[in-house]
Amino acid sequence: MQTLYDKLWRSHVVHEESPGDPDGMTLLYIDRHLVHEVTSPQAFEGLKLAGRRPWRRDSILAVADHNVPTTARGQGISDPVSRLQVETLDQNCDELGITEFRMNDLRQGIVHVIGPEQGATLPGMTVVCGDSHTSTHGAFACLAFGIGTSEVEHVLASQCLLTKKTKAMQVSVDGELGHGITAKDIALAVIGEIGTAGGTGYAIEFAGSAIRGLSMEGRMTLCNMAIEAGARAGMVAVDETTIEYLRGRPFAPKGELWDRATAYWRSLKSDEGARFDKVVRFDAAQIRPQVTWGTSPEMVTAVDGKVPDPAQVEDAVKRHDMERALKYMGLAPNTPISEIRPDKIFIGSCTNARIEDLRAAAEVVKDRHIAANIRLAMVVPGSGLVKKQAEQEGLDKIFRDAGFEWREPGCSMCLAMNDDRLEPGERCAATSNRNFEGRQGPGGRTHLVSPAMAAAAAVAGHFVDVRKKY
Amino acid sequence: MKKFTFCDGLVAPLDRANVDTDAIIPKQFLKSIKRSGFGQNLFDEWRYLDHGEPGMDSTQRKPNPDFVLNLPRYRGAQILLARSNFGCGSSREHAPWALQDYGFEVVIAPSFADIFFNNCFKIGLLPIVLDEVKVDQLFRELEANDGYRLAVDLENQSVTTPGGESFFFDIDPFRKQCLLNGLDEIGLTLQHADKIKAFEDRHRATQPWLFA
Repeated sequence: MQTLYDKLWRSHVVHEESPGDPDGMTLLYIDRHLVHEVTSPQAFEGLKLAGRRPWRRDSILAVADHNVPTTARGQGISDPVSRLQVETLDQNCDELGITEFRMNDLRQGIVHVIGPEQGATLPGMTVVCGDSHTSTHGAFACLAFGIGTSEVEHVLASQCLLTKKTKAMQVSVDGELGHGITAKDIALAVIGEIGTAGGTGYAIEFAGSAIRGLSMEGRMTLCNMAIEAGARAGMVAVDETTIEYLRGRPFAPKGELWDRATAYWRSLKSDEGARFDKVVRFDAAQIRPQVTWGTSPEMVTAVDGKVPDPAQVEDAVKRHDMERALKYMGLAPNTPISEIRPDKIFIGSCTNARIEDLRAAAEVVKDRHIAANIRLAMVVPGSGLVKKQAEQEGLDKIFRDAGFEWREPGCSMCLAMNDDRLEPGERCAATSNRNFEGRQGPGGRTHLVSPAMAAAAAVAGHFVDVRKKY
Repeated sequence: MKKFTFCDGLVAPLDRANVDTDAIIPKQFLKSIKRSGFGQNLFDEWRYLDHGEPGMDSTQRKPNPDFVLNLPRYRGAQILLARSNFGCGSSREHAPWALQDYGFEVVIAPSFADIFFNNCFKIGLLPIVLDEVKVDQLFRELEANDGYRLAVDLENQSVTTPGGESFFFDIDPFRKQCLLNGLDEIGLTLQHADKIKAFEDRHRATQPWLFA
């Protein structure tokens, strides 16, 4: 009896340094290598310096997403340092014959949005990228995880990674989610419970009836945030939702190969009775809309809760961290979450910039307008194709009428490597994944929420319980 | 990769949990296409009072006198003593690059985030896991003693205090050999090229759609 993780792992083992030792280093074959501009230049340089060539070019898909501007794309990238990094990716891909979606290609977007959108992410694959949110792709029953630049070079050169098997954790969410509760709320509630290091050393499989009920977009949101719980990989078993999502995607198999593939994919689930090293269970009905109040995703509570009081915490290191976080966030203990007033709203990122996310936010802001205290509200679609789809559905008009800016696709203000950022002290309701100090700009204060919650905060001017208001 | 065998080094403390890679090296410095030069921007937002951007001359910037690495007693530290879940967040190898470029050879903590931990071994920076109680003890001794040093011996897998107390640490034997000999992992892997090709042939036969 095997877990899904066991199956994915075993089907990719090329060589074991110490055969039989479950804790030994293993050479693991990589099926899909996603590449972006920030973590690849040094890897390509290393490859060239060593006189090596990519092992399998057709396994690679490249896109620039972190540095790209979300306005006035026609004028190129104004920051010369960012421009050089994107041009370096273009050159490397040209020289080596690697498929790349360039900045003005309709298919360009955030690497973790375009992989699945193109069908370049398929069940049963091993997927890596020099980016921690590669865990997103596990929604397709892939073994997908982030790697460093040395490993990017390693995979380019050998199609393999030297790595170790981790333990397996099952996070089971059963029951029915309440109205307005999304995958983002599940993710934050799980992290709030197990902590940002709760998944360290594990691959997490999300299971249970509430997970089965999620769309692929929702499953991607959930697996995306597995890394915020410390788990390098998150995954969900294959079902008909998975297969229907992939049907007809450009990189997905066709005809007879499709039939063979789907027959195999249907086996990609944990066997009945398979043993996990750890099991954590959640009751879906108990999950409320989540809002982070601190500088780590585990510093989270429900929208109807309050900012916690460090004085109530016994552990000295933890208390100290909370005090520091509250000082940075400019929040007093016991402040009701609903009294927190954001200055900016960011709807985007590899966590929440897919069509379903934009629909959920648009539904809340339709025929309404952002509140007077909101200095900027922006929607940054996850890809050019998401943007086009949203425009066909008229969502861009709903957002613009409500006072939102409608931007070009990219990572944008999730990590503020381009010009989209918070000013010191500014507070943001963000649908992204990290509320670390300075993440959205030096001194910026981030509250992580779902797209509907961000939209509701934009309209009300403070956090509100999306279940009651909309 | 840089070889690591032994380090008898000055220790600096970073007494907070969950230090993330955004704090270790902020995103604006990730725009570099080089592998070196990140040390001057290690912990940039904590270390300087002014906002840092790539290309700035760090000698002209305002250091934050309260930040621990700016205290004279920790100047030239080679060992960083940290708290749990060190290196959480993004996969940026720029974080270990920055620590190494600054002069650190060892980071000791009760736990590390997986990707960061893994990245360290690829460049010859040694991450050591010691249990919470021992790390607490080291923090206390370090606080009480100026010029506090630790001797880290990889061959014997030990951390020794000035008082002569020795703590054993675990390390994967393969990683240990790579570090001790400064081995190039890619070169090692490519010695298995025939195995990789054989695997690929089998894989292609069973899942041809992956090679379409």
